[in-house]
Amino acid sequence: MSVIYVLLAISITVALVFFAAFVLSVKNGQYDDAYTPSVRMLFEDELLDGKDVSEMEQKEITQTKRTNQ
Amino acid sequence: MTCYHCGDDCGRDKVRFDERDFCCHGCKTVYEIFTSNGLSNFYEIEAKAGNTPKEVRSKYDFLDNGEIVAKLLEFDEEGVQVINLSIPSIHCSSCIWVLENLNKLHPAVSNSQVDFPKKTLRVTYNSADFSLKGLVLMLSSIGYEPYISLDEYDKKEKKKDRSLLYKLGVAGFAFGNVMLLSFPEYFELPAGEAGAGEFWLEQYKHTFRWLMFAFSLPVVFYASQDYFKSAYKGLRSKLLNIDVPIALGILTLFLRSSVDIIFDLGSGFFDSLTGLVFFLLLGKFFQQRTYAFLSFERDYKSYFPIAVTRLKPDKSEENVQIYKVKVGDRLLIRSNEIIPVDCILIKGSAEIDYSFVTGESQAVFKESGEKLFAGGKQLSGLLEVEVLKSVSQSYLTQLWGNSVFRKDKAGAFQTLTDSIGKRFTAAVLTIATLATLFWLVYEPAMALNVFTAVLIIACPCAIALAAPFTLGNMLRIFGRHKLYLKNANVIERLAKIDTAIFDKTGTLTTTKKDRVLYEGVELSAEETSLLKTTLRASNHPLSRSLYDILKSNEIMTLDEFQEHTGQGIEGRVDQHSIKIGSSAYVGNDLEVPTADTAVYISSDNDFKGRFVFKNSYREGMVKLFGSLEDSMQIGILSGDNDGERKTLQKMLPVRTQMLFNQKPGDKLQHIQHLQQEHKVLMVGDGLNDAGALAQSDVGIAVSEDVNVFSPACDGILDASHFNQLPIFMQLSKKSIQVIKLSFILSLCYNLVGLYFAVTGQLQPVIAAILMPLSSISIVLFTTVMTNLLGRKLTQLKN
Repeated sequence: MSVIYVLLAISITVALVFFAAFVLSVKNGQYDDAYTPSVRMLFEDELLDGKDVSEMEQKEITQTKRTNQ
Repeated sequence: MTCYHCGDDCGRDKVRFDERDFCCHGCKTVYEIFTSNGLSNFYEIEAKAGNTPKEVRSKYDFLDNGEIVAKLLEFDEEGVQVINLSIPSIHCSSCIWVLENLNKLHPAVSNSQVDFPKKTLRVTYNSADFSLKGLVLMLSSIGYEPYISLDEYDKKEKKKDRSLLYKLGVAGFAFGNVMLLSFPEYFELPAGEAGAGEFWLEQYKHTFRWLMFAFSLPVVFYASQDYFKSAYKGLRSKLLNIDVPIALGILTLFLRSSVDIIFDLGSGFFDSLTGLVFFLLLGKFFQQRTYAFLSFERDYKSYFPIAVTRLKPDKSEENVQIYKVKVGDRLLIRSNEIIPVDCILIKGSAEIDYSFVTGESQAVFKESGEKLFAGGKQLSGLLEVEVLKSVSQSYLTQLWGNSVFRKDKAGAFQTLTDSIGKRFTAAVLTIATLATLFWLVYEPAMALNVFTAVLIIACPCAIALAAPFTLGNMLRIFGRHKLYLKNANVIERLAKIDTAIFDKTGTLTTTKKDRVLYEGVELSAEETSLLKTTLRASNHPLSRSLYDILKSNEIMTLDEFQEHTGQGIEGRVDQHSIKIGSSAYVGNDLEVPTADTAVYISSDNDFKGRFVFKNSYREGMVKLFGSLEDSMQIGILSGDNDGERKTLQKMLPVRTQMLFNQKPGDKLQHIQHLQQEHKVLMVGDGLNDAGALAQSDVGIAVSEDVNVFSPACDGILDASHFNQLPIFMQLSKKSIQVIKLSFILSLCYNLVGLYFAVTGQLQPVIAAILMPLSSISIVLFTTVMTNLLGRKLTQLKN
């Protein structure tokens, strides 16, 4: 078999994989809201920020203390 | 000084907390909730972006009713409930952040996700520790009160229509691959030259061609379905729409290409075929954009509450859904609630604001035994009523039985593209026939080749793209300037308008700033502060607005305060008393009644005077009428009494027609009458205009806050941009000119293409260059032109 057939088969398979990925992403609703994720992406960092988390934990602790009393 | 939470002016009642200023206790409470739950980041993301929470109290008691909750929930199994709530006050990234961190406020919430364009929030929570009512109250307490209406309640599971995206994906996928596969043959030398019929190409071209054929199959049979359907529909109703030549083009492209490769006549036009469909769908996708967070189809259902309080025979209260209310039931109506059905007043004195139903701005007083109509809003006090008619048969809701509400305005309107399409198809078929006849005589073997080539090259891809891109872009520009149109078709209709009719109350007048005039004996400083102190204790809307206007800083402690529902209020300090309320209540028999809303004052039982609430007209109204006067007929259609006729006559052009005391049905008929000779634009705001808005060629609802209710219409205009209406109309006309220019441009391309086709020299590579080239230049042209036009709006703002 000539190498061209192999190349064609590979290229079409790769294309089909991407096409399937697209169909899947539409199906999962990724294109329904194209705006919010762009904002949400920026928040994730802030939540992971160590200082912020510890501060929040501190507050949670004081809160539970208060409720325990 | 502005509020740290919501950014409003703090005024005199500012609240100081945690070294920050707040405009009210509501805002302070939200701040407290946020900071004590580790959500203070809210203020970092966007400053002063909070919403002031509203008093909800027993408003959501109906969520105790399991039957209602079950209908609202999206998912409810094994202790997990999912609800999708519409929250109109979502407006910035801080909102998204805080709403997606709801679990910090209540641990039972496992997931919450905001859809910003739709302004909805999807919450998943554990139903063992939490309830829908709890969730709604929690959201309300931080200023994000959800909007739950009958509309939502009725909604059937609507599947999201994503087919256009799939089709676009299929077409794009095929287009890209076919382009690659057709490349080798683009560089093949014409037969007869040295090097033609290269060995490599000769050996493999069949593989390439059949692969292209395979790729084009889903494009023809799936992605371009809509064009065939639309063309078939058009032909069946004897209408040559633009989809007829498109469908003909696609079909010819496919058949001719298949024949070409079967009989080894050439490489076929698969590249043009897939490209054509891809570009067409792209245009469709571009035009499809609508404003997801706005609803243009609302009727009374979104205005009415879901449930009401019913009194059982044993006098206990229960919440029932509104459709279950039967004739003869006793209902409780609290202050600021909407009366959902026609009924008879049994107990309490009613003060009802019908402005939404009739346009009449003055509240009416009713005594027990009198009839109340659905749609009115009780202003103060508790009422007990007996139901006369069920919800769908009430006076107001019957209006929706009118057939205008089921009319499809866009379908009945022949677009510019369709009217051009008709002539275009006729011309193309004529040219194709003539050319074929010529070749039949001259060289019969070429005849079929030429016939198909003409149909292929004349496929009006560029023409079909001109309107979607121009109008779609205009729609976006309008949206940026706060005019939200239902679809692109409205712009075309707006360009044809020659008569503009305005509603008065709420449309020309603003509800925000009433002009208040005082008539009577001047009040002493002491009396003024007593008046203000007394007003402070009352929650009546008129009291609130009067309170805001009065200039007195001294707040006294009242010895006595009485509220006589439906009549007025009374306050006493030391030996002085003041009465505020209706004319009869304060014992006035001197002053002549006024057509405007008025509040009467008496001090120590001595009649002093009255505050008259005058409508104040929107800024730029006079200028707006002035600029519309030259180009069209204008008129006012009001449900209110004619108390303002003289004022309006003085302010507006002489030719303005004015009609007062128009019921909703009258308005509809008046528009219908005008439409016999004119294209009518109706500008309104309330439910009472709904019929007229639906009947008119273009109905635009003016709204102070585009997120709250506006009746079914073709467009929603933010009240702050009301005076730009003439510019919007002008721009619509200009957009039509842009479309016409693009038609001429695309015809030029077609003429060049036709030259190749008629002379029988159409090579696939020429088609593959011409088609995308014409499409792209049309897209560029329309985008540049519309943006240039849009700059006019931006300039005006600065």
